[in-house]
Amino acid sequence: MSDIILETRNLTKHYGGVHALQDATFTLRKGEHVAIMGDNGAGKSTFVRQITGVEQPTRGEIHFGGKQVHFAGPLDAREAGIEAVFQTLALADDLDVSDNLFLGREKTKFDWLGPFRFLDYKAMRNDTIAALEKTAVKIPNIRNTIQNMSGGQRQCVAIARTATFHSKLTIMDEPTAALGVQETAQVENIIRTLKEQGEPLILISHNMRQVMDLVDRIVVFRRGRICANLRKEETDGQDVVAYITGAKTQPEYEVAEAL
Amino acid sequence: MAETTQGTGGLKYDSSKRSWPNEFNIFIALVIIVAIFELLGQVLPYMNGQSFLFDTNDRFDSIFNEARLQIIILQVAIIGIISLGVTQVIISGGIDLSSGPLVAATAMIVMSFAQTELVNGNPNPKAVFGSWAFDLPVIIPILVGLAFGAFIGAINGMFIAFTRIPPFIATLGMFLICRGIAQWWTRGQPVSFPTESYAGLGAGMMPVVWFVMLAILCHVLLRYTVYGKHTYAIGSNEDAARMSGINVRRHKVMVYMIASMLAAFAAIVLSSKNLTAQSGMGLFYELYAIAMAVIGGVSLTGGRGSIIGTVLGAMVFGVIQSGFTYVKLDAYFQIMAMGAIIIGAVVLDKWRQQRASMRV
Repeated sequence: MSDIILETRNLTKHYGGVHALQDATFTLRKGEHVAIMGDNGAGKSTFVRQITGVEQPTRGEIHFGGKQVHFAGPLDAREAGIEAVFQTLALADDLDVSDNLFLGREKTKFDWLGPFRFLDYKAMRNDTIAALEKTAVKIPNIRNTIQNMSGGQRQCVAIARTATFHSKLTIMDEPTAALGVQETAQVENIIRTLKEQGEPLILISHNMRQVMDLVDRIVVFRRGRICANLRKEETDGQDVVAYITGAKTQPEYEVAEAL
Repeated sequence: MAETTQGTGGLKYDSSKRSWPNEFNIFIALVIIVAIFELLGQVLPYMNGQSFLFDTNDRFDSIFNEARLQIIILQVAIIGIISLGVTQVIISGGIDLSSGPLVAATAMIVMSFAQTELVNGNPNPKAVFGSWAFDLPVIIPILVGLAFGAFIGAINGMFIAFTRIPPFIATLGMFLICRGIAQWWTRGQPVSFPTESYAGLGAGMMPVVWFVMLAILCHVLLRYTVYGKHTYAIGSNEDAARMSGINVRRHKVMVYMIASMLAAFAAIVLSSKNLTAQSGMGLFYELYAIAMAVIGGVSLTGGRGSIIGTVLGAMVFGVIQSGFTYVKLDAYFQIMAMGAIIIGAVVLDKWRQQRASMRV
């Protein structure tokens, strides 16, 4: 099946005796937007940390783009094409927009100078403008430092980062949790743009309206396990809440909970 | 005209609301300080109407008092070289207290490799090594000095990057270690009588030439290279830098090495200028170097500052020092006043930051 972008098989993560993630088997197809929902501590973030290489799984396999992968660190995952926008924004306040977009993978000239190779500011600024247009992000001036920007603008910069590098998969962890109404709308618009462009996305969110609005499929985590895999058309908010709280579990995910 | 938009639109960019570069403020401060001293010269009764800046006695061809300008710029050049490195350390979110004693230790060691065999026809009375170390080509002491600086900087950097102890503590320890090395090297004896070519390195206005050249080099490093960008990124948000794939540890080691090599080079220039090295030299240099950077707008919390700012900060520092002497302020009060100015500069930096964070 060549249209599967990401597949995990029995992905498991234990922190000492804590079983944060148990046998997560999950697939994501080309162009698909999937939401991951669940209560606090259900294993959503743990799951994302395994896929993005921030942590290494205790057991299980990750297949990305048809090949099995082992990410030693976030940079490995990023090089493979997985871009993550984390809750805590990974932006440097004192740098401007294009510096932040290209942080850690600057475009350079005179590469023989090693760590002292020169920055190609012009190319980076041009690419930044292109990326902002692609995501329809509105930033007053890309030469402004991030410091004086609103939460929404910062989030947009963080998201535009993923679009700059032709990522194969974008993961967003609560991208609108700290934003106001207008800013949330702006971020949601970017997500729609990504959808139109056929870019696959994993969205972690607590916001039911947002999830119902934006994604094709909802995967529910509960107590470290996946307990439901729902197509949006076949479910509604009530139903999803029932899975999140544990009132319901899909038959194929039933396990002997006593274990 | 004043408004441009980037991206696909909506929000306007008003260039009139863009805050002007911080360096401009420092330049204005420099002008104001010069004006104050000029005014004091006219107002204070015991000054007999002398001028701080201008040539009133027709001693020089230009309208300025060239002798004073030369002294100012010569005074700050050597500490200025150290300050170029300290600036990079502070921008990366650290601090380097070891530079003053490092100057002393480096000068002692380097001078030992730069001695002449004969002084006025007699054997060198201050010889440290045997005859093999006499009259070596000048490149050897320079390389020894830079290597020693790089070595000390690497130790600083590695302790800070790998054991994660605060830079303040790591470099405070190195402060004492270097002072100890300087005293142990010759058991407290000064090292003197360098070769002619070595003495040429710091002769006349050479310290200023080195300062200007190194300032340009450091400016280019910080502003136009990957090294510089990562230095700012680490000082601004270390976690973000790490998540972006920057090798933060390796970079920190590099920053401290560069800073210590600059301090070592300052030691070479200073010992060449003085024609001697003493274990007590470089007293307070680390603090003055930090002060120049801070006066020049380098933020002690990291991420902000520039070499242009530091150079202007050094000029402010030199003008104040020279101005105090000019108005015949007691030398003891001068040090106290210097301390007050450093505190003032940090307070100003704090205000600037608060204002900046409220402008969201």
